[in-house]
Amino acid sequence: MELKTKKPLKKQVYLGKPHEPPPAELMAILDKFRGRKDALITVLEEIQHHYGYLPRQQLEATARELGFPMSQVFGVATFYNLFQFSAPGRYQVRVCKGTACYVGHSGEILEHLKEKLGIDEDETTPDKMFTLQTVACVGACSLAPVMVVNDRTSARMTPEKAWDALEHLRAEANGNGEVSR
Amino acid sequence: MSAIIRLGMSTSDIAAGAEATFLALQSAVRHRQLPVEIKRTGSLGASHREPVVDVEIDGQSTLYGPVTPERVRPLLDQHFGSGGRGVSSDWLISRRNDRSDYPFLGKQVKVTTRLCGLIDPYSLEDYLAHDGYEALKKALKMSPEEVVQAVLDSKLRGRGGAGFPTGIKWNLIRKSPNFPKYLICNADEGDPGAFMDRATIEGDPHKLLEGMIIAAYAIGASRGYIYARAEYPLAVSILRHAINQAREYGALGKNILGSGLDFDLTIKEGAGAFVCGEETALMHSIEGKRGMPTMRPPYPAQSGLWGYPSNINNVETLASISSIVLNGPDWFAGLGTDKSGGTKAFALTGAIQRSGLVEVPIGTPLRELIYDIGGGCADGHDLKAVQMGGPSGGCIPANLMDTIIDYDELRATGAIMGSGGMVVLDDTVSMVNMAHYFLSFTQDESCGKCVPCRVGTRKMLNILQRLLAGRGRMTDIDNLRRLCITVGQGSLCGLGQTAPNPVLTTLRYFEDEYMAALEGGANGNVQAQLAAEVTA
Repeated sequence: MELKTKKPLKKQVYLGKPHEPPPAELMAILDKFRGRKDALITVLEEIQHHYGYLPRQQLEATARELGFPMSQVFGVATFYNLFQFSAPGRYQVRVCKGTACYVGHSGEILEHLKEKLGIDEDETTPDKMFTLQTVACVGACSLAPVMVVNDRTSARMTPEKAWDALEHLRAEANGNGEVSR
Repeated sequence: MSAIIRLGMSTSDIAAGAEATFLALQSAVRHRQLPVEIKRTGSLGASHREPVVDVEIDGQSTLYGPVTPERVRPLLDQHFGSGGRGVSSDWLISRRNDRSDYPFLGKQVKVTTRLCGLIDPYSLEDYLAHDGYEALKKALKMSPEEVVQAVLDSKLRGRGGAGFPTGIKWNLIRKSPNFPKYLICNADEGDPGAFMDRATIEGDPHKLLEGMIIAAYAIGASRGYIYARAEYPLAVSILRHAINQAREYGALGKNILGSGLDFDLTIKEGAGAFVCGEETALMHSIEGKRGMPTMRPPYPAQSGLWGYPSNINNVETLASISSIVLNGPDWFAGLGTDKSGGTKAFALTGAIQRSGLVEVPIGTPLRELIYDIGGGCADGHDLKAVQMGGPSGGCIPANLMDTIIDYDELRATGAIMGSGGMVVLDDTVSMVNMAHYFLSFTQDESCGKCVPCRVGTRKMLNILQRLLAGRGRMTDIDNLRRLCITVGQGSLCGLGQTAPNPVLTTLRYFEDEYMAALEGGANGNVQAQLAAEVTA
């Protein structure tokens, strides 16, 4: 058999499964960044901002639409701490693990919340109310230890105060109107 | 009578409850129809007394804090009404304009944070009223070479931690023949326990922009990026607002202030990766890739962002530039030591009485910063050590407090100047535990590209966990030392090279605690907690 001359490798790029066209809200995000090679992180930030997390299907659609290899999209998404791959609860509870907070025993707060909520770090309660996370530092070190719920920073926390705050939020969300923040 | 009431509204003020105070203040002033302008400012730095309110009447300012909503009424009574029976002297911080009656503020020398807490960060007029963009106008009349020479003469060294002379860095990229050139501001303040850059941006964003525009002029850059931390949403939104204002003012965009200089800025939000503070990793992140460092050389000044010459400076470095140009390099150099000019801001936190943002001249003894400004340890405890430079830095023990704040002097102790995190540790803290804390941070943040860092930090962490759990082996401390050398010398980037510092310094100054841990006598509660972690 005659040896075939080596065919030049065609660049094969895996762009995800050909699903139905991406939903309009995703297209609105993607359209802004077409043709910009540096935009991947910003795109992912916007998708997470919209959906609350990075749904797999939307990531595949992003790769296909913007022409990034799937490996690159997942590579970037898994590299940065900000991105998450499962739907968060209504309240994202982040306990600060910065130096000042650590010296102020923020570890005890985290343990207490883990025990009371019955979940581990980066998990969501079954009622989809709370997602428990840690953050490296929010820069409010003089008020250590701090806890951030969604965008609200609470200062000088103790395990009990932190749990009280969460119970308040839960009561409020469940419609017991008399509890106010 | 002209009266201004300033209220700090930075991230830390808001966490301390400044929003409620602002609403109470606003409604009280409106209700009483007082002729008062309420100004929302950045943080004055006195975080231990936040929310801070500054009442200025006819140029005479009185500072109060913490001001809770209930304290607003008596405070207004005191200044605008029937006398203040309800005002307690506990709330009073300072009565003097130069703050000399409150050592935390009076002893500082402010350059980069000079206007933080004085001006409204959303107001360009406020900035212009305090010599804003005057330095830029002056710089544009000089030649780029003269600007670089001024920065060289000022002895400004990079405030990100490594301390490379800024003027030399600028000269390198200025001489590069390739175009376009990029200017990047590293605002990815990832060290846990540091918030100087956030405070600077939230208090006085235009100072950073002005410094960047001058830098762009000096090095010949046409495009700039500010790589900001995603965990600082307020800082990012203030910066966006300021950039738009600067464009309208004509300080950004085409033909800046009629000089023919073209320069524009983009904000890039990071996505939470400590390693992106390293310059090559940061550039990859701007390019939209995984933020992993690459080998140097080529240095960014030759081949950086997208292969073009790039210059990366820290927020504080760039924020110093306008003061250097305006007041002259000799003034700036005169503030510091022979080798290093100017001031350095620190985030003073931990077991200290008066915590917050402080800015002192380089060459100030640590003792002065900790005791005179910070007031010593809180709750009557004794000072054990000061941790500087976060996970890349080290612990300086209490008996070395006469060390002066200077890049070389601090390096001699085993710590580093760092970006400015300064955490005070009192006698309740176990040093082995601290080393474990910092190492678990770097181990977690290691990008995994090179083996010494990826595997070495994990091995070191295992040893520390064993020690703390009371299951240490006789060979552990020797192995730990050897690993420190391997990781420090073998790693690719700054993260790995400096990761052993917290372990090395604690081993050097607190070896007895390691020995005690080896013999099973580690701090009780820590031991239990860690034993759980090890078995988990």
